[in-house]
Amino acid sequence: MAKLKVVHYINQFFAQIGGEEKADYPAEIRVGEVVGPGMALTQQFKDDAEIIATIVCGDSYFNENLEKAKADILAWVKEQAPDVFVAGPAFNAGRYGVACGTIADAVQEELGIPAVTGMYVENPGADMFKTKVYIVSTKNSAAGMRDAVKKLAPLAVKVGRGEKIGASSEEGYMPNGVRVNFFEKERGSLRAVKMLIKKLNDKPFETEFPMPDFDRVDPNPAVKDLAHAKIALVTSGGIVPKGNPDHIESSSASHYGEYDIAGVMDLTEETYETAHGGYDPVYANEDSDRVLPVDVLRDLEKEGKIGELHHLFYTTTGNGTAVASSKAFAEEFSKKLKDDGVDAVILTST
Amino acid sequence: MHVCTVTPISMTVGANRIVPAIAIPHPLGNPALDKDEEKKLRRDIVEKALEALATEVDGQTIFD
Repeated sequence: MAKLKVVHYINQFFAQIGGEEKADYPAEIRVGEVVGPGMALTQQFKDDAEIIATIVCGDSYFNENLEKAKADILAWVKEQAPDVFVAGPAFNAGRYGVACGTIADAVQEELGIPAVTGMYVENPGADMFKTKVYIVSTKNSAAGMRDAVKKLAPLAVKVGRGEKIGASSEEGYMPNGVRVNFFEKERGSLRAVKMLIKKLNDKPFETEFPMPDFDRVDPNPAVKDLAHAKIALVTSGGIVPKGNPDHIESSSASHYGEYDIAGVMDLTEETYETAHGGYDPVYANEDSDRVLPVDVLRDLEKEGKIGELHHLFYTTTGNGTAVASSKAFAEEFSKKLKDDGVDAVILTST
Repeated sequence: MHVCTVTPISMTVGANRIVPAIAIPHPLGNPALDKDEEKKLRRDIVEKALEALATEVDGQTIFD
């Protein structure tokens, strides 16, 4: 069988161009080149498939220049006319995951070329695209590359050949909502009792009906009287007093910070900075108001447009931080905000 | 309410009042502008955020 032709999409980091400081790297195609994770994929492909071109694009560039990046990349892929398009894997990198899902979906929809990608289940790109493209479930960091390509490569080959794709649990992709009827070997009552016995013995068991993980809350009513409202600032952009006194981690934060801004009219280069390791920190370090708008809220407070700016702000780095941790942080400080009589919160993200 | 550049991510995580921002590394600023213009830009976003807070919504809403 002839080798399938593959076009591979990766970000600036995996192309070894650079980290966040290069995240605005424009899209480019490298025809005939296998780059970064493409090597591992190539090994897994063996004689079944080969990468004929690699597309590299900075994560910020893709998300901030969505229409142009998408149009350029689609034109290149069309010209290469591969049998299958592979994006990532993106692990837990949020913008990279969203880019992989977006471009894989566009390649399928607009060019009719099948596409696959891979990422960590909590990557925001997963929820956005798992019903549209096959997304292989990976670990949350690039340490899981070997494991990821072992699932991604065979799935890419199957999809590229137009072969029948098995259930998500067999092929390693995230459940995409497609249901297929089949006959189980054991009848339902027997399976249920077996599951119950495992559960009673504290042994792991696999439910046949996982509960959906909806994380939605009803909107709060509108703030009636802004001129008398107490407004608080919260950020996942990692703004901290200069020197990061509580050592909030630059990624995968284990805690959040609570800082007093009583009397602070303006965040300056000398007094505040960002601890966040997931975006280019230059602009936030020059002027942290670009992430946490204390200066403007002080003006609005003086002019009586708002009642007051709460004297404490809460901050963490949203970079690779587990959803479970974020929830735990927010549960704790939301209670403090309520106890302090805060009427509304502006949450800023980078 | 959530001020965020990549609004689809904000939708996915479940924010109800969303105001789009300028760019990932400087959501409420633009280093290409001079200080006064930049502060005005920031004020516009914050005012939009306050307006969002003062508006009733019955589901996820992006205040463009």
